Amino acid sequence: MGKKIIEVRNLRKDFHVGEVTVHALRGINLDIEEGDFVAIMGTSGSGKSTMLNILGCLDKPTSGSYILDGVAMADLNKNQLARLRNQKLGFVFQSYNLLARTTALENVELPLYYNQNIKAKERRELAIHALESVGLADRMHHTPNQLSGGQQQRVAIARSLVNDPVVILADEATGNLDTRTSYEVMSLFQELNEKGKTIVFVTHEPDIARFTKRNIVCRDGHIIREQEVKDFASALAMLAEIPVNNSFE
Amino acid sequence: MNYTNLTKIALNALRRNKVRAFLTMLGIIIGVASVIAMLAIGEGSKRSIQDQVSSMGTNMLFVMPGSQERGGVQMGNTSAKSLTLEDIQTIRKECPSIIMVSPEVRGSGQVIFGSENAPTTIYGVDEDYLGIKKISVATGRMFTDREIKSYAKVCLVGKTVIKNIFGSDTYDPIGQTIRFKNIPIKIIGVLSEKGQNTFGQDQDDIIIAPYSTVQKRILAITHIQSILASATSEDKASQAYDEMESALRQSHKLKEGDDNDFTIRSQSELIKTFSSISDVLTILLGAIAGISLLVGGIGIMNIMYVSVTERIREIGLRMSVGGRGKDILMQFLMESVMLSVIGGIIGILLGIGAAKLVGSLMSWPVYIQSKAVILSFVVCTFIGIFFGWYPARKAANLDPIDALRYE
Repeated sequence: MGKKIIEVRNLRKDFHVGEVTVHALRGINLDIEEGDFVAIMGTSGSGKSTMLNILGCLDKPTSGSYILDGVAMADLNKNQLARLRNQKLGFVFQSYNLLARTTALENVELPLYYNQNIKAKERRELAIHALESVGLADRMHHTPNQLSGGQQQRVAIARSLVNDPVVILADEATGNLDTRTSYEVMSLFQELNEKGKTIVFVTHEPDIARFTKRNIVCRDGHIIREQEVKDFASALAMLAEIPVNNSFE
Repeated sequence: MNYTNLTKIALNALRRNKVRAFLTMLGIIIGVASVIAMLAIGEGSKRSIQDQVSSMGTNMLFVMPGSQERGGVQMGNTSAKSLTLEDIQTIRKECPSIIMVSPEVRGSGQVIFGSENAPTTIYGVDEDYLGIKKISVATGRMFTDREIKSYAKVCLVGKTVIKNIFGSDTYDPIGQTIRFKNIPIKIIGVLSEKGQNTFGQDQDDIIIAPYSTVQKRILAITHIQSILASATSEDKASQAYDEMESALRQSHKLKEGDDNDFTIRSQSELIKTFSSISDVLTILLGAIAGISLLVGGIGIMNIMYVSVTERIREIGLRMSVGGRGKDILMQFLMESVMLSVIGGIIGILLGIGAAKLVGSLMSWPVYIQSKAVILSFVVCTFIGIFFGWYPARKAANLDPIDALRYE
């Protein structure tokens, strides 16, 4: 395997709600290498979202260390974290979070606006390229309300790719989609992974997790199980098996 | 994030809510337009007063008998008889800063020609009077020193008098004899037209005659009612004032510590008085307009709060893709500045239009100062920053995790 992208050691996170202290993470150790495709699973309250927030540099741990692509996040201030997110991370959310009444192209360009070094022309080219790689070259000038859920999520994936991040963090990225569209999105993720992208995918659906290479299961702030997916399924192949529902016709 | 991008983002955000943006701007538009229009009207009236007053002669000094106040009691200053022809001689001798000086006696009454008559005022003056008042002789001639000495029954008339008693102001009345208080007086000249003065008084409704004639034949008095004088130049006006005061005190044999038994008014003093009146008016109008600008600013603040609240998820997203607090702050600040500045520009144009419209419809003098336009523009930018600051600050301080999950 390649170099280490994510190295987490004894990570803890406490929340203080009134007088009660909630231990969301109680000593997590995790290594993710380049080219990996990891699913973080767990029920509500298992700590998987907190973990994703910390991995995504949106939140700081109470204790423990987190090194992202050679950078220790404990030493960084808010602005440096923002820069880290801008240059090393890509986010895909359950509810897409696209800007309304803004074209797909402009949505994809968004992260590059926060990078001083990228000029307008390069920004446009990178965004077009990202949209092409998710198969939406013909939808560039459509706004989110003119796109289906699956297409919107693909725009969001293009947005997460546009800055060439070291890792893409997906939070329940298929949660709002039907089975067929979920599989389409998963097949896109698999395709990106095959091209070398490292992906961390948070989900509570085992059905979706089997499309990843490695499953990590959280419960009560601990990692309780970590396993390679042996019969790593191809979403594309599965897609072909689902009968197209023609009953309305 | 650079300003080009910020401007683009702000404009896009406003374009997405065109109607709301316009309604928000409306407060600023109305505020700025009224500031511009009010200041234009205020400044216009101030300037027209100044013009009119100085057209009466900027170097003019005017002496009235009697002090404004004596022993704490306000005196009627026209009743006093303290000014005499000797005062004129003293002023001529003692005041180097005064170039022209004329006595003035006035009588009101009916002027009669044939079967026509009209009320008017006759002014008894000397040759210097026309120079001091900046009146010129349109046709005919001014009376001479000899005519003054001989109490000659000659006069010059204004256009209004001609119109009233001869029926038309184009009539040439030279050589005709009119009667004023039963004294027949021959017209030897016509005064050129001067129009109304600041107080709405018709300056052409006058007859001027030698002061001696008016004193002796019409009013039967020996004193004079006022003295008009002209300083050599405008900057000498205050020096002339001082010279005249000491000359008159000497002539009236006033001891040190005695109050003046006369009052001197200068034209520049009059201009100052009028200017300060219209300045107060301008400030008042400006303040009222300024309040509407403030209300407009509060409108912007309100809408910016709404804008931040409904875009909390967008803010979260922007932060997650690398937007720093500062970037978010600048984005919303830019938006509110855009709102107020665009509103300000529309307001300035509208205000100029409104001022011109009022000017032409009501024939009020208006004057648009570039100072007011620039000031409005600066104030608008300031309002945008000031009222946009708190909502923008609120946006910048959001926690990205909470913002992303906000429903």
